Amino acid sequence: MTEIWEGLVTAVKLIISLDPEVMQIAGRSLAISATSSAIAALICLPLGAVIHFNRFPGKRTLINIIQTLFSLPTVAVGLFVFVLFSSAGPLGGFGILFSPAVMVIGQVVLITPLMLGLIISALSATDKAITDTAVSLGASGFQMSVVTFREARFGVLAGLIMGFGRAISEVGLSLMVGGNIRGFTRTITTAISLETSKGDLELALALGMILIFIALVINIGLNRIQQR
Amino acid sequence: MKRKTIIAILAGLVLLSLLVSFAGCPAAEAGYPLHDPEVRFKIATTTSLYDTGLWYHLEPIFEELANVEMDIVYAGTGIALEYGRRGDVDAIIVHDRAREDVFLADGYGINRRNFAYNFFLIAGPASDPAGIAGSTAAEAFEKLYNAGLNNPNAVKFVSRGDDSGTHAKEKLIWSQAGFDYEEVRNSGAWYVEAGKGMGPTLLMANEMQSYVMADISTFLAYNLKSNLSIVSIVEEDPIFLNVYAAIAINPETHPKAKIDIANRFINWLISKDVQDIISTYGEAEYGRPLFFPIAGCDMPGCPPVEDYTLPVPEYTSS
Repeated sequence: MTEIWEGLVTAVKLIISLDPEVMQIAGRSLAISATSSAIAALICLPLGAVIHFNRFPGKRTLINIIQTLFSLPTVAVGLFVFVLFSSAGPLGGFGILFSPAVMVIGQVVLITPLMLGLIISALSATDKAITDTAVSLGASGFQMSVVTFREARFGVLAGLIMGFGRAISEVGLSLMVGGNIRGFTRTITTAISLETSKGDLELALALGMILIFIALVINIGLNRIQQR
Repeated sequence: MKRKTIIAILAGLVLLSLLVSFAGCPAAEAGYPLHDPEVRFKIATTTSLYDTGLWYHLEPIFEELANVEMDIVYAGTGIALEYGRRGDVDAIIVHDRAREDVFLADGYGINRRNFAYNFFLIAGPASDPAGIAGSTAAEAFEKLYNAGLNNPNAVKFVSRGDDSGTHAKEKLIWSQAGFDYEEVRNSGAWYVEAGKGMGPTLLMANEMQSYVMADISTFLAYNLKSNLSIVSIVEEDPIFLNVYAAIAINPETHPKAKIDIANRFINWLISKDVQDIISTYGEAEYGRPLFFPIAGCDMPGCPPVEDYTLPVPEYTSS
């Protein structure tokens, strides 16, 4: 018990004193995951609308596939991205393996199905009468989707947040394609995994607390938006 | 449209964070100065040199000297060689002579220089249930095998199991003891494959109160840090000699490999400055240095002198 307690005390000290290494790792984690979430959102918002508002054969199957990919294993995506971007791989010419850029790409691949699926379900959950009314009042296709998105905003926002949550909490992918390089690709999760294996529990605990704190802040923010 | 604005602001913030993080903003990198972030020199290193903190010590010195940003990827010898074959790094630090020779012969690497050495040991519970104290490495393995098969609850052996240099040495000792490695690894619950780096494997063996083969440096470093309850039981067998080597990736196989920096790095590792650092690294904390500079290596199995005294020549493409 004393080990855990001492670890927690040191962890709190590290956070309160704004320890440069802890802050740097947390900042990098946030930046990488926020970037990948933003890119995934830019893909998923329009794509979700296109899938939701159009009827086409195989739509049900497509949605099923997207939902299956919710549970895409991070290490499988890691392996796939590694092989793709490794110097000997088809995209090796970019030379970005073991860099934050390739971590962002991997995270986008990882969270796009989740965001897309949740956005589609949020759109599907809106009252059909609203789109019907909008159309009957002469709304264009774009106006109609704006109305629907507004109606589905909480669900859509929750989908974006879920995507971000998956990105910032995954470790397998970041470790494999980022290489856990100190000062460059070390994120909260890869640092926790390394520090725990090194037996330096204080830093690992501090970073774990920060990760939970980030989740808390985001949830409070989401709640406030929903209550307005 | 208010919600859309919120989303737009969110996206804007995110893009800002992207700019901050990728422009190498000094504020974001506080406490860890960037040198020339444009020139990233990547090496893959065997885990023991990382777990003992040696790279943390050496990295800033070389970055300052060569004005590059050094990226160190933690990988056992097997994975490090694979990164090298794929051209994902510019140099590798490994310790498995047999596979190094194949790597060089296949044209993936050039300019190998040995720069440090230490020894392996077999550690285990202080009560030594398999009774290996006083044995040679091969005898100890044979005793472990028999005791492990008879009583897998009391006698366990944790292997790296990751194709690292340490794992390769372990296999070599098994064959010296007259065993077929595949047979050993499938012989029962007493033989545990960790699939982890040296430090994590030691911690695992410590938790399980099992036997483990480790290099002395990592063992000492973790013993001080985590207060291991397993103790060193078998040492001082000539087969335990463990020599570390640096190899540059051959630019003829991988034209993007940064050969000039790699050469400079290797020459720096065998320079008197770094050899002096190695000869004292860890002395203050552990009461003895963790690694030995290669020049002091004078026992059977040590590399020939030119493997560490001859500076690597400047690269000229043919």
